[in-house]
Amino acid sequence: MISVRDVYKSYGEVEVLAACSVDVRKGEVIVVCGPSGSGKSTLIKCINGLEPFERGQIVVDGVEVGRRGTNLSRLRARVGMVFQQFELFPHMKVIDNLTIAQVKVLGRSREEARRKALALLDRVGLREHADKHPGQLSGGQQQRVAIARSLALDPVCMLFDEPTSALDPEMINEVLDVMVGLARDGMTMVVVTHEMGFARKVASRVVFMDQGRIVEEAPTAEFFAQPKTDRARQFLSKVLHH
Amino acid sequence: MYDFDWSSIPGALPFLWQGMKVSLGITAVAVAAGIAWGTVLAVMRLSSARAVSLFAAGYVGLFRSVPLVMVLLWFFLIVPSLLRDVLRLSHATDLRLASAMVAFALFEAAYYSEIIRAGIQSVSKGQRAAALALGMTPLQAMWHVVLPQAFRNMLPLLLTQAIILFQDTSLVYVSALADFFGAAYKVGDRDGRLVEMLLFAGAVYFVLCSAASWAVRLLRRRVLA
Ligand SMILES: Nc1ncnc2c1ncn2[C@@H]1O[C@H](COP(=O)(O)OP(=O)(O)OP(=O)(O)O)[C@@H](O)[C@H]1O
Ligand SMILES: [Mg+2]
Repeated sequence: MISVRDVYKSYGEVEVLAACSVDVRKGEVIVVCGPSGSGKSTLIKCINGLEPFERGQIVVDGVEVGRRGTNLSRLRARVGMVFQQFELFPHMKVIDNLTIAQVKVLGRSREEARRKALALLDRVGLREHADKHPGQLSGGQQQRVAIARSLALDPVCMLFDEPTSALDPEMINEVLDVMVGLARDGMTMVVVTHEMGFARKVASRVVFMDQGRIVEEAPTAEFFAQPKTDRARQFLSKVLHH
Repeated sequence: MYDFDWSSIPGALPFLWQGMKVSLGITAVAVAAGIAWGTVLAVMRLSSARAVSLFAAGYVGLFRSVPLVMVLLWFFLIVPSLLRDVLRLSHATDLRLASAMVAFALFEAAYYSEIIRAGIQSVSKGQRAAALALGMTPLQAMWHVVLPQAFRNMLPLLLTQAIILFQDTSLVYVSALADFFGAAYKVGDRDGRLVEMLLFAGAVYFVLCSAASWAVRLLRRRVLA
């Protein structure tokens, strides 16, 4: 479903991704973790073409992301993305947040988009908030709306960039529960997170990044039981003892 | 001591009102067209295509470095004859009002585009990224997500600029077009009561603009609240 081959990227002189390679099969859930600034966000932004990269190849569902002439908008419509800061559109009601791209990007009718939106709000437990503005919701509710907004486009895979790190602790689980449900339903997911409980529950593999490189990639149980590198061991002891 | 005589004002009110309508008409058209064209210029200015961005920067730079009066004169001297040739109008057709509207719109667009550019930049980058991530094209993201928020942020500034513009419409007197100021000048000149008429016109501008500024301040408080 997603194949990242030997990708390099730099901002000016600073190399932020180097020789990154990873494959995600259909229906698989991958957790990406690593210290701040290690390039996790940059990696998943490269996957849906939000950031360009200089070298290497990324293929998503048969579409080559970095090739000139690739219709990036069409690709992104098929790849869901959830941001740390939610990024709901504050000037629109919740329901309009969920319908706008269905109508403007996929060309669905308003009624069809609305039906779909309400069904998804139901699924994340927020149907009665459809006519509110995002600012009237708690952080956890906003993030669930953001997930529903992505799902409204029937994505073939979902990318999550630290979806719970801007949340108060008591709201983290309501968001993780939605994500676990998605994973159980067979969604292909790449999740940047430090929630190791979530990783244990649904991830098949964990990717550990440091200084722009993927320094470790292992099946989840193996990664937690015996991390191969010192950096990963240090990192794990830090996030697990929180 | 100067002997004030205000007696010519009541009789002149209908004529002054005609002038006020001209001033308000020019302001309305220039604000609407200036914001529309200014938005296009702002988006062009922020484009990653160098030629597009340079054109917008050049346009804005040009109009911001020449006096408004001069732009108005160019338009009064050039545009009417141009339009007459293109549209085959008779020489009797008065194009001064249309020229004034075009001139103000083009000039104000340069100022509006700078306000709008700042407004666009005030919207967080994440909003654009989220719109793009949903499959919107860059223009769709701008139109549906960034601009509505930008306009909300900069509404008070846009209105303040409109108030300045309303005052600046008095400059059309260079074409002898009877806007409010021009009408007041004509009446005062005719009756030999220029000082009174100009004081009166000044008072009207002052009251209108103060009231409008006060309304903008109220609005700003509500938008920010
Ligand atoms: N627009 C940018 N311009 C220059 N450098 C950038 C830019 N965006 C990111 N970087 C740098 O790239 C590196 C990787 O950033 P990235 O956001 O991918 O890290 P991250 O692993 O997601 O970190 P965090 O856990 O803090 O979110 C960092 O050193 C960062 O300073
Ligand atoms: Mg990050």
